[in-house]
Order: sequence, then structure tokens, then C-alpha cells
Amino acid sequence: MPEPQRARPKATPETQHFWDGTQAGELRLQRCNKCSKAYFPPRPFCPECGNREVTVFKASGKGFLYSYVIHHRPVPGFTPPYSIAVVELEEGPRMMTNIVDCPQTPEALQLDMKVQVKFEKLDDKITLPLFVPAKG
Amino acid sequence: MRRNQVAVVGAAETTKLGVIPDMSQIQLHADAALNAIADAGLTIKDIDGFATAVEQPQQVCHYLGIKPTWVDNTSVGGCSFMLHVRHAAAAIEAGLCKTVLITHAESGKSNIGRPPRAVGADSLNGQFEMPFGVAGPPSMFTIPVLRFLKTHGITQEQMAMVSVVQREWAAKNPRATMKDPLTVDDVLNSRMIAYPFRILECCLVTDGGGALILTSADRAKDFPQKPVYILGTGESVETPMVSQMETFNSSRAFKVAGPLAFQEAGIAHKDVDHLMIYDAFAHLPLYGLGDLGFMPHEETGKFIADGNTRPGGKLPLNTNGGGLSYMHSGMYGMYALQESVRQMRGIAPAQVPNAKISVCHGVGGMFAASGTVIFTNQR
Ligand SMILES: [Zn+2]
Repeated sequence: MPEPQRARPKATPETQHFWDGTQAGELRLQRCNKCSKAYFPPRPFCPECGNREVTVFKASGKGFLYSYVIHHRPVPGFTPPYSIAVVELEEGPRMMTNIVDCPQTPEALQLDMKVQVKFEKLDDKITLPLFVPAKG
Repeated sequence: MRRNQVAVVGAAETTKLGVIPDMSQIQLHADAALNAIADAGLTIKDIDGFATAVEQPQQVCHYLGIKPTWVDNTSVGGCSFMLHVRHAAAAIEAGLCKTVLITHAESGKSNIGRPPRAVGADSLNGQFEMPFGVAGPPSMFTIPVLRFLKTHGITQEQMAMVSVVQREWAAKNPRATMKDPLTVDDVLNSRMIAYPFRILECCLVTDGGGALILTSADRAKDFPQKPVYILGTGESVETPMVSQMETFNSSRAFKVAGPLAFQEAGIAHKDVDHLMIYDAFAHLPLYGLGDLGFMPHEETGKFIADGNTRPGGKLPLNTNGGGLSYMHSGMYGMYALQESVRQMRGIAPAQVPNAKISVCHGVGGMFAASGTVIFTNQR
């Protein structure tokens, strides 16, 4: 019997560029050509001003730990305890992720600590943006 | 909306609460509805307006034999029933119907006849939250709290006091699921669910339901029960994705709905005798006290830890024991409304003496939506 897997995202026409980006090792956000707002999740217009002229760009992949929980219950594809985090990116938007490559403890996971993206390939279609404590 | 033009004239919960293995979800709707209709001294034929969440109106109306001229199916999570009260009051004032029945029921524990709650892999939640191991409210509703506590200087011990104090209220309520006294240590040493939340800071999982009947205030005086008037209401929504809230330091939906209700009611916070803040998890009363403007968020932890919301305190809060100790079938808002109505009728098991104004504040989803209803027994 196959191991239970973590939930797989399925792209839509509006989000395909994001999932293409993670596969290519890029964290892609969008920015409004009119008011300059950078935003997430993907959509083909600016949520701030409604403008349809927007540009996909490669984000730095750097940010800080905004908040998190350490989940202690079993979920397919995860070994508890594991962090479920929200990071705030340098460009402004926040996204949900997991903080990996560090102990899953309150001591190791300090709010406001700097984090950087690490891409985790799930299969041929999907690569997820996870985050690790920033080096240095 | 004008104050005190519409009143609650019938209110009841399901005959049993807790574990109800002998009823499907639709029958729990009917059980609560029939109890509320009897409470109001009406028959099913008198109901011409109907609202519910999750189930579609035609399902419950056909099951009960109701022929409505107005329906509402606003389904924004556990506070949907606060929004139904607001919408029903507007509909009655506009003359769209005369007598509205609002029902909630959920086979949350026994899971009999309960529609599945599925998240599509191509929805925004399915793409940008589900892959990171969230699994229902205990792992999602809780994510903002570490930021909230840090920003406002509130301790985990103070948050644990929310559970301790609500258990004191539950001890006075024969229908409460959990009645044994708790200490802060009991809470902090209970099983970790999603750090920093322990199981005693998470809501119960139960079966049950409730129903309300509303009509115009002019008609309300002819009903058997003491009328409970709608003094003010508010509602809003923010985002279905907890990660995309504007800030974790407050809830935008709370900050819209709550003040709107106070403004409409024309009351000040000092006028409030009784308060319900939907507590699916122990942080919600802290958010609510701040976002509704009772005090700055920074003071909310100390306010509760100092005993101001416990029996005999100056601001009685969640007097049925709340979602943490009374019951929580999944969409708890109806039970908060029921307790406000009992307090305004003067018949609550833990009655607040001479209470004249009750504020009932609900949350839907994970801070996704909010509804506030302010009741009074004075016209
Ligand atoms: Zn813009």
C-alpha cells in the first residue's frame, strides 16, 4: 500500500505561473503596474486597485517568521510534531509554509527570525515553497 | 436598521445536547425547530420566513413542512446565525415576511447525515494552505495567536485562564458537557494539540442544534415568552485563508461587525450587562474584547486573569460555559445566541441579575467572518 501523501495543490489558469516558478526554483509574486502593490495569492488583477495590468516577478525568497503553530496530531505526509508557519516576505505578502531543517520547538522557532525559501519537489508537477532559518 | 423593531419570541435548543446517536443532522434541525415553535406558542403554519446555514433552506423547509415567502442561506461558518438574525430583522421590517424561523443543527460528534466538508485541491485554500499540513480548525484557527500574544504582551498563562473561568460558568449549568473545575496548570499540562494550544483550550466536539423565532416587536407582546428585542447588529467577512488576514494582531471582520452593532444600538460599552464571544479556541475572547472596543488588546489577558469575567465579575462573559465547556457542534454561534436570549428572559442557569443588555459576538471560519447581535429586554 502506498504511504499516505501530503495534500497536493492543483494549479488553475490564474496560479499556473506560481507553480511553474517553484519548479524552476523561483518564488514568483505579482505586482501592480499602476499602484506597485506586490500581492499573493495569484490573480490576474490588483487586489488593491482593481487594475488588470500586473507583472509576475521573482521574489527574493527572504522574509521573517510572522507566526506559527507546532502541530502534534497526525496528518498524511507529516511526522508530528511539525511547524505550520506564516512568513512575511521582504516584498510584503505573507504565505503559509513549513519551517524545516531546524528543530520543531518553540526555542528554535522564534518569531521575527529571518527565513529563506527552500524548494521541495513533491513530484513531476508540484514543488512546494518551504522555508528554513536564514544563514548568517 | 431601527432599534427594537424586531424581537425574538421563540428560542430553544435540541432536546438533548452532547452525544445524540439516535438523530441525523436534519432531524436535529427539526427537533430544535419544533421546540422553538412550541416555545413561541406557534404552529409550523405560522412560519413564513426561514434561514439556516450548510443545509439548504429547501431541505429543512420541506422536512418541516414550511412554505416560506423569504429564505436566507448565508453560510459563513459558526456566526452564520448572527447574520441570519440581522437579515431576518431587515426582512421583517421590510414586510417580506412576518415570522422567521432560524435553525442550526450539526451531528458534529456522531456524524450522522452530515454533508462532507471538502476543500478542492485547486481552490486557493487547497493550493496555498492545505499542502502545509493544516487539518481543520485546531491547526488553522490557532496560527495567529503567537503573534497576537507577542504584540500585546499577553502570556500563555493568561490565555489558559479563559478556559478556567469558563469552566466556572459551566459548573453552574446542568446542560454543560464539562463541569469539573480547572486550574491554569491543568490547562497548561493538558495534551498539546497545536503549540501553544492545549486540548483544554480547544472547543468540544458534540451533537446538537438550536432554533430562534423572530417577529415584529409590535406583535411580540402577544406571545407567551418575554420578548427579547434586537437593539443593534453588525456583520462582515474577511478571508477564507487564515494566512491572508490583514494582521494577526486583531480581526478585521470583528472590528467591522462589532462597532457597527454598538453604533446601531446607540450604547456604550459600560452599558453592557452580559457578553458572549464565540470561543472555539481560548484566544477568541481576547481578540473579541479588544476588537469590540471593550479595552485595548494589551489589557485583555490581565482583565480575564483578574477574574472580571467570572461569576460575580463586572463583565460576565460566556455564561453558559462557552464552546470550551458547554457544547460545540461545529457552528457554535446558535448556542451563544440562545444563552443571550435566556439571559434577557431572566431564565439562564447562571443568570446575571438584572441584565438588560446582552452583546453576542460570533466568528465564522478561521476569522473569515463575523456577526454581532445586541439584545435587550427593554423597549
Ligand atoms: Zn494596484
